[in-house]
Amino acid sequence: MLRSLLKLSWIEIKVFLREPMGAIGTIVIPVILFLVLGKSAGFNQPIASASLPVLVSLFIAINAVLSMVNIVSIYREGGILKRLRATPLRPQTILGAHILVKLLFTAISLLLMFLAGKRYLIFQAGVSIPSFACALLLSTIGIISIGFLIASIVPTARFAQPIGALILYPMIGISGLFVPIHRMGPIIGTVARILPMTYAVSLLNGIWNGDGWSHHLGDVAALVLFFFLFSALSEKFFRWE
Amino acid sequence: MPRVIHASGVRKTYGRTVAVSDASFHVDEGEIFGLIGPNGAGKTTTMECIEGLRKPDGGEIQVLGLDPFRQSRKLQDRVGVQLQLAQLQKRIKVWEAVDLWASLYRGKSVDAARLLDQLGLTEKRNAWFMTLSGGQKQRLFIALALINDPEVVFLDELTTGLDPQARLAIWELVCGIRTRGKTVFLTTHLMEEAERLCDRVAIMDHGRIIDMDSPEQLVRRHCPERTVIVETEFPEALGLFQAIPGVEEVQLDGNRFTVRGIGDLVTHVIHCISENRMRVSDFRTILPSLEDVFLKLTGHSIRE
Ligand SMILES: Nc1ncnc2c1ncn2[C@@H]1O[C@H](COP(=O)(O)OP(=O)(O)OP(=O)(O)O)[C@@H](O)[C@H]1O
Ligand SMILES: [Mg+2]
Repeated sequence: MLRSLLKLSWIEIKVFLREPMGAIGTIVIPVILFLVLGKSAGFNQPIASASLPVLVSLFIAINAVLSMVNIVSIYREGGILKRLRATPLRPQTILGAHILVKLLFTAISLLLMFLAGKRYLIFQAGVSIPSFACALLLSTIGIISIGFLIASIVPTARFAQPIGALILYPMIGISGLFVPIHRMGPIIGTVARILPMTYAVSLLNGIWNGDGWSHHLGDVAALVLFFFLFSALSEKFFRWE
Repeated sequence: MPRVIHASGVRKTYGRTVAVSDASFHVDEGEIFGLIGPNGAGKTTTMECIEGLRKPDGGEIQVLGLDPFRQSRKLQDRVGVQLQLAQLQKRIKVWEAVDLWASLYRGKSVDAARLLDQLGLTEKRNAWFMTLSGGQKQRLFIALALINDPEVVFLDELTTGLDPQARLAIWELVCGIRTRGKTVFLTTHLMEEAERLCDRVAIMDHGRIIDMDSPEQLVRRHCPERTVIVETEFPEALGLFQAIPGVEEVQLDGNRFTVRGIGDLVTHVIHCISENRMRVSDFRTILPSLEDVFLKLTGHSIRE
């Protein structure tokens, strides 16, 4: 079980890095975005209600999720999933390997971002990079669950990534980042509250601004809950071919 | 002999297409069993139901005493599968794929290096999957099907796209699997392949199994006709051949006679030739093969 998971993850990492744009697309582009935005708007200036690192981190997470959606749908269309299914592998192991790989790349992206912005960023007292990294990984896990569902339902590989983007990016709009949730009105507010993005934003923002984890146990619980809920849903709807 | 595969009344529909309407058969241990039939006959569907990759709408299937759908993982551990259409990650290397597959199964796996060698893939072990030729991909998939030293091997169109040399090598490999007491379930479009490899074949058309037996028995049962080709300038040959008991048809093309009939046709023709002291410049017999059985039973050639 564990051996298969690690082996599959390791192969997925190698395969991904061999893709001509693979590493650059998912790991480097967010860092470049961060530097460009930082240089023009100021690294510590708040954009909307979050500072730049939080915004870019969110972008890193979404990017990773979209990449997973894309890969899973390509694997399905190409019959790779079907071939894997004709082995003792559990479906959870296959998806688990993809999550693991994406979390790893998210962490690397984040690290690169901090290294690139080291000279410019002003850290709040009480914020540590490992702590923020944990928050980002948790957020990614929460968002990746929606990615699963999208990957399970969207029929063709060609549309998987655009549809994923169409679903995920607007979620930022109502995540409380631009307009506080209590000012959104009852309907949109409720919608916002049932989306993992909202909790990811709240957690990332909070940790970045020096909140203790104890203030955000609710966000953490929500993200984990979303993960299990959407994983269960996608397992129900998952198509192998 | 213990039953390895038992299928009865298997039925599978896709929307309004009935892919398999009522397939019943069994495969014994140590046997090579072949499923033959034209495109769209339902071979792949049947095989994938047995492998637990598709859920049949009806019927009962047991493989090694297991329910392929409900006990899928237990079963997958003991069988090897080569799918008709499959891909791997574009940029996975040959050795990585074999290594990964070896790690997926509990316990025993065969010597990967030797397997790659047998399949002529040693040279390609560091090549990416996407750079392999069609035949090389096919051979890799056969390697993956054999990596766990399975008790039952499923091969869907095992030599499609292979050159004659590779085909022979794989036939040898498959015969080797049987020698080691394993069971093979294959589908093929090549009648020659079925005749050479299979202990028993089932002929499938329109989702139904039309007949099932050893290739020799099938030929004997369905194609008792014999054909003799004689080239002679003997003047009354046509009439003489037509008078042979059992002859159904004599065709004449120049001085070449094609005599078709049933029963002891060959002996009779030889007898007729010697009795009339005909001078013969060519003499050939054509024995019916599985291909002829197939034509007869399905009404169309397998190569449409
Ligand atoms: N996933 C599917 N969805 C819908 N119809 C399908 C599906 N798979 C197979 N069919 C249909 O079921 C029938 C049987 O297909 P199947 O693939 O089992 O045939 P086959 O005997 O393996 O043919 P071939 O020799 O071409 O491989 C065909 O009419 C095919 O169009
Ligand atoms: Mg087929």
